[in-house]
Amino acid sequence: MKRYEIFVTGKEGIFDPAGEQSKRALANLGYQGIDELTIGKLIRLDVEDDVTEETVREMCRKLLANPVIEDFSITLLEEA
Amino acid sequence: MAATSAATATAVAPSVSVTTRRPRFGVVSFPGSNCEQDAVNALRFIGYSAEFVWHRSTSLDGFDAIVLPGGFSYGDYLRCGAIARFSPVMEAVIAFADAGGPVIGFCNGFQVLTEAHLLPGCLIRNENLHFICKSVVLRVEDSTCEWVDLAPGTVTSLPVAHNEGNYTCDEATLARLRANHQVVLRYCEPDGSTALGGSAPNGATDDIAGICNEAGNVFGLMPHPERVTDGVNGQTQGAAFFTAIARRIERGVAR
Repeated sequence: MKRYEIFVTGKEGIFDPAGEQSKRALANLGYQGIDELTIGKLIRLDVEDDVTEETVREMCRKLLANPVIEDFSITLLEEA
Repeated sequence: MAATSAATATAVAPSVSVTTRRPRFGVVSFPGSNCEQDAVNALRFIGYSAEFVWHRSTSLDGFDAIVLPGGFSYGDYLRCGAIARFSPVMEAVIAFADAGGPVIGFCNGFQVLTEAHLLPGCLIRNENLHFICKSVVLRVEDSTCEWVDLAPGTVTSLPVAHNEGNYTCDEATLARLRANHQVVLRYCEPDGSTALGGSAPNGATDDIAGICNEAGNVFGLMPHPERVTDGVNGQTQGAAFFTAIARRIERGVAR
């Protein structure tokens, strides 16, 4: 078994309403110096050893991320 | 007598010309859809045939037009419409649309159409993070859309009810949409103008409420025409979003 962690984040230039509102809320709480806050998704994927990173990449392109608005990055965490 | 007065109290259905073929609409039902019954009721009220199509169905044989209804298909998990897009029925819907078959998607149906890449762009979270449920004013644009029975410049109103209706696309896509007359509906002010800074309640790019594909047979919009078609709430203006395509079907020009 191996574990992949996939981070799905908003593409550069795509407005992130949840991130923007959270940034404002932090400012309202008195926190200063926050330049940018973006909210994305972490997807944890445990797969059999023969599932290649290329297949995981395909899963991301097809379903897990929407390439129109989102970027993704894949990290291999552990290999048994 | 009571029946007569009830009939006159409700607005009259738009006149349907003598048909050679009664248009048959298929209304797709995904797990979590919640506007499919409204769509079927609306279409039957106008005088068309409308049947449910289960999401596991792989054939659309016998249907002249397909409706992707509103709701929360698959609980809106992952992204709105993302999982519905891979329902077995969607392969048939994509083939149907590619062959020129008329497809309309409202609200969640619009989201499914973008996820399926039948329409460009994407619908993201409303700018103000609120679920917006109200009647909005819309301007009909000069488009190639085969579905709209209203002249360009017409100002109408339709209900919206969505959390992710903020239409987003890149600059190049927006330029293409404009150049190809694919912007069908824009949010506007009651007089038909656009407010400084935009009239979209949800932050939509260029005030876009509805777009069509280049060919004009696939139409997606956030508002709900099916909710204001059968007159039960005193409104019938939604019918104008179904009658044009039905006439094309009757004349045999659609598909």
